[in-house]
Order: sequence, then structure tokens, then C-alpha cells
Amino acid sequence: MVILLNILIAALMTWFTQEVYSDISNSGFITILLFIAWNTVLWLLTFFYNKKVYYRIPIIGSLILFYLKELFVASIRVAYEVLTPADHMVPAVVAVPLDAETDFEITLLANFITLTPGTLSIDVSKDRKTLYVHEVYVEGGDTDKVRNQIKNGFEKKILKITRSRPRR
Amino acid sequence: MIRDILSALFILAGSLFMLISSIGMIRFPDFYIRNSASTKAVVLGVLLILLGVGMHYNDTLVFIEIFAILLFIFLIAPLAAHIVSRAAVITDVEFWDKTDLRELEQYKKENEQETDLEGKE
Repeated sequence: MVILLNILIAALMTWFTQEVYSDISNSGFITILLFIAWNTVLWLLTFFYNKKVYYRIPIIGSLILFYLKELFVASIRVAYEVLTPADHMVPAVVAVPLDAETDFEITLLANFITLTPGTLSIDVSKDRKTLYVHEVYVEGGDTDKVRNQIKNGFEKKILKITRSRPRR
Repeated sequence: MIRDILSALFILAGSLFMLISSIGMIRFPDFYIRNSASTKAVVLGVLLILLGVGMHYNDTLVFIEIFAILLFIFLIAPLAAHIVSRAAVITDVEFWDKTDLRELEQYKKENEQETDLEGKE
């Protein structure tokens, strides 16, 4: 993951250089400006060796936003479930067929599933083709709906990141 | 002044989520629902509390540290929940009565075959 390395280097350079500006102000604003500036410098440098590094940024940004939103919805739902006396839970174990193949994709998908509303990933089958998910809100025992949600939501987005190729 | 109020609000909201999730640990019917509920609320609680702390200090180094902590928590908390629930399934921790288990049987069958093979060798 060259892009993570690049962002890490930018963060380190921000840390080093912000001491120069600390006479003026030590606030978060200068920090953010410096961070963006270092990222831009690294992005310009990539044209010398590899053009494919930064093209994924918009997809990754949208994925992170989506992730945070889902996490927030999940927590609100758990809080609602705890604080109201009635039970709305219809739990089931759902077997989700996987399109993701590499270790990285499966790990990412399992992690994302655990943090979305009412779901918990249990295990991957031996041939790495099915992921077993414990889902708390299965309305009317309709497991196909849950399966579709996972396949068309998270898996599609993750595969878009790991398998996209740059436009030439 | 506004910064102080905002950071206080963030920390309060984070600890509220943690409190609710720990009440949920007692209230929910079975192991798996407890596990999934506690993971989510705790991750969001830590996120909010750390953001509040960062807002209080408003310093570069603190923000970088918070970024690193959040990265690792977001990687590791679901992983831990996954491992614990996998161990629970393998050691036959009971599900709630209302749980639909039809699709788990296939998984159990696979595992049993494997243990049989190991026994023969």
C-alpha cells in the first residue's frame, strides 16, 4: 500500500515542519494546511516514478465516510435497543457467498461487517468462498435481503478499491 | 471557550455510548448479540472521546497520536470480536431460542468432517 506509506510520510513531515511555525501559532489549522501541502508535494513527486498512486483517493474517502455513517447508525440502533423495553431482534446466521479472494479483501470485508448495524462476522469456510455472518435484524426471516445488502453495499465498494485500474 | 464546550460535549457523548453499551451487555439475551453490540458502541465511544481530547489540546503531536490510536482500534476491535465469536461457535456456545440456525449447520458439518479426519490420523 504505497498510498498509506505516502500519507504516513506526509504526517511525519508535518510533525517535523510544524515546529518552525510554532512561533506564529501551534493550532490545528496550520497543521492541516501543512499536511495537505506535504501530500500535494508527494503527489507531484509520484509523476516521476509511478502515476497510479493517488487515483484511488476519492473512492477511499467515500468509503471512509460511508463507514463512519454506518458505525454511527449502528451505535444509535444499539442504544435504542438497550433503552426501550421491547425486543425487536430476530437473529439468524446468514451464509454470504464471497466474491473477494485475497486475504486483504476478506479481512477488510469481515471488519466492515462487524461494525455495521446488527451484524457480526463469525467465520470463513475452509474453501474461502462463504462468510458466515450473525445478523440481528432479519425482518420476517428473509435472509436473502441481508445477503443482498452485504453483497451490493460493502463488497462492491471494497472490490471497487482493490480491483480498479487507473485511467490512462 | 467554544472549543472547551465542544470537547466536553464530545467526551460526554462518547462516555454515554460506552455506558449504554455496558448496560446492553447485561440486557441482551445471548453471547453473540452482546458481542456485536459492545464492539460497535465501544469503537464509536473511543472515537468520540479521543476527538474531544484532541480538541482540548489542539496540538499537532496529539492529533498524530490520536490518528494512530484510531487506526489501530478500527483494525483490531472487529478482529477481536470476530475471533471471540469464532471460538464461541466452535465450542458450541448456545444461541438465543429465536435464532435462525439453518445456514450454520453446513458450517458445523464441515468442521465435524475435519475433526473426524484428524481423529483417524
